[in-house]
Amino acid sequence: MIIRGDEPEQIRLLRKLYKPGNYFMQGNEAVAYGALFAGCRFYAGYPITPSSEIAETMARELPKLGGYYLQMEDEIGSIAAMVGASWTGFKVMTATAGPGFSLMQENLGYAVMTETPLVLVDVQRSGPSTGQATKGAQGDFFQARWGTHGDHPIVAVSPTSGQDAFWEIIRAFNIAERLRTPVVFLFDGVLAHTRELVKIPDVDEVEITYRKLPQNEEEAKLPFGDPHGDGVPPMPLFGHGYFTHVTGSTHKENGLRDVYTPEVHDRLVRRLHRKIEKNRHVYEKYEEHFTDDAEILVVSWGVTARPALGAALKAREEGIKVGLFVPKTVHPFPGERMKELGKRVRAILVPEMNLGQMILEVQRFVNDDVLLKGVNKIGGVPLTVEEILREIRGVA
Amino acid sequence: MMPEIYSKYPMVKYLRKEALPTALCPGCGGGTVLNAFANAIDQLKLDPRDLVVVSGIGCSAWIASPYFLADTLHTTHGRAIAFATGVKVGLPDKKVVVISGDGDLASIGGNHLLHAARRNIDITVILVNNFIYGMTGGQVAPTTPFGAKTTTTPYRNIEHPLQISETIAAAGASYVARWTTAHVYQLIESIKKALQVKGFSLVEVISQCPVQFGRRNKMKEPAEMLRWFLKNSVPISKAKKMSPEELEGKFVIGEFVNRQRPEFVSELNKLIDEVQEHFGLKEV
Ligand SMILES: Cc1ncc(C[n+]2csc(CCOP(=O)(O)OP(=O)(O)O)c2C)c(N)n1
Ligand code: SF4
Repeated sequence: MIIRGDEPEQIRLLRKLYKPGNYFMQGNEAVAYGALFAGCRFYAGYPITPSSEIAETMARELPKLGGYYLQMEDEIGSIAAMVGASWTGFKVMTATAGPGFSLMQENLGYAVMTETPLVLVDVQRSGPSTGQATKGAQGDFFQARWGTHGDHPIVAVSPTSGQDAFWEIIRAFNIAERLRTPVVFLFDGVLAHTRELVKIPDVDEVEITYRKLPQNEEEAKLPFGDPHGDGVPPMPLFGHGYFTHVTGSTHKENGLRDVYTPEVHDRLVRRLHRKIEKNRHVYEKYEEHFTDDAEILVVSWGVTARPALGAALKAREEGIKVGLFVPKTVHPFPGERMKELGKRVRAILVPEMNLGQMILEVQRFVNDDVLLKGVNKIGGVPLTVEEILREIRGVA
Repeated sequence: MMPEIYSKYPMVKYLRKEALPTALCPGCGGGTVLNAFANAIDQLKLDPRDLVVVSGIGCSAWIASPYFLADTLHTTHGRAIAFATGVKVGLPDKKVVVISGDGDLASIGGNHLLHAARRNIDITVILVNNFIYGMTGGQVAPTTPFGAKTTTTPYRNIEHPLQISETIAAAGASYVARWTTAHVYQLIESIKKALQVKGFSLVEVISQCPVQFGRRNKMKEPAEMLRWFLKNSVPISKAKKMSPEELEGKFVIGEFVNRQRPEFVSELNKLIDEVQEHFGLKEV
């Protein structure tokens, strides 16, 4: 397993198995290979379209690397097993789609509360409920943010292509490890099943991060403390004789339950929030195209950012001053940058494969004098360059 | 801090002192189960550093988590066995034990229980069957006897109880035994065996909840409940010769199965070895 000390062996295996170069592969495969490069050696899941190829690739590849594939009895069990495995030191992942993501919400909250690193891939498909099972969508933007109960922060990453997915899943693992927190990877059925060129790098080009471990007994005794002031407690792994107690109930710094003292709850939940707020530099990421002189801004995410870029390029050819802003970490939303850009443009278009979700985040950061308009399409078919371009022309 | 009384109790060395006293009601069978578990660990001379205890949500879930001094994972309602599965894969050389209630493990968690037994993963489950949902105030459970009164069966329970041990024995577990809190020595022996079996083991303990079950079913004293257990317990050898009518309302006790079957995590590791060998990935 990729735990400190195993690197030389793992690098040897990765190098032997996956030659650097260009491959023609599905987005789902790119996610799986990225996870393997990130050090994921434990996968527990339950099959669901359009995510199943991630499970299939992991089931085929993990044993070669000495890793574990478990097909659990359902999604609830899958994320539960991941949490258990993460406390033994594994980097862990699962992949699912909307209905499975809904089932995982309870234990996603558990992972937030117990500060358990894990990566949860949600290959978004058309809903509500079983909806159009095989069709892509972007309808889980807020399920990622607010799906589980309570007052919790969350980090969610969303890539725009197969190649991007390879690198972004590695980034998702690094964020999870660095901040000791679950990270949601918002993929979608369209990219998941698109075959395109993905360049596999040499192992040396991949930077990976490990969770902080306790440096001494004192730190190990406070699995939920904040000895380094960054809000991220070192994680005393099971099996090292620390006698760690982990509970999803409100707990003190030593892990013991205290659900009666308001200050204990306040201190814990505020630290969980502070940990995410204070470490913005660890996860904040966005892409910008032609934003310098833009008068109209397109804000888009995930799969839709691609036709959005096509539309921006075409509009530029027509002399329309359009810029494109693509949040890559969608939660917490890059609000500061959004605010700055919002001040400089007179219209903002937000294309997405839903009836208007990320647009609500954009709205929070722009003034009323900006024309804000969604470009929305549902039914499982992605937006086209033409459809977005038409809207750009409409506000030009 | 630890009241004086605990220092007289030899098993206290296994307990998380800062978590004491326990939150269990006086007379609750949970104390007996904790005692039996600590004695089993003591008699086997197991180092608590080699133990990971996982539990769900309910009074019974608290028995060993947080009170037992080991790595303890107190999870969501019903999911303890699934969490424990991940722990066992990561720490195959440790003893992974799940202690939780009948509502937790057999109702909401019934599917995980069944499939862990089918996989035959090497974890030990101590299932505390008190016929009721204690923690939430005495509602009907899937184990509540036919005809019994609970807060949500105020007239009488018209559902049939799940026979947990029989079901899990059939599902493929390596070891299954059932005792009551009135059979403490047999219980300790079974926990010891379960901990040593390589494969899925279940010890079902019929336990008294005088506060939520006894009180509503004419047994408000813990001792009355223990007498009820003793009077109605039938050893499994004898039960085999009895008719279903004769067994109605009885507690069949003893060992249901004790057998060897391929175990999940060792099979998983064997498979990894074979795959690495096949693809020429082993370092030579
Ligand atoms: C998802 C979920 N549903 C319901 C509950 C509420 N709940 C807490 S304990 C419990 C029942 C516990 O019964 P049992 O496992 O038999 O344990 P006992 O308290 O009787 O020992 C329930 C339903 C919960 N915590 N989580
Ligand atoms: S309610 Fe019942 S099961 Fe819970 S602690 Fe009290 S006696 Fe025990």
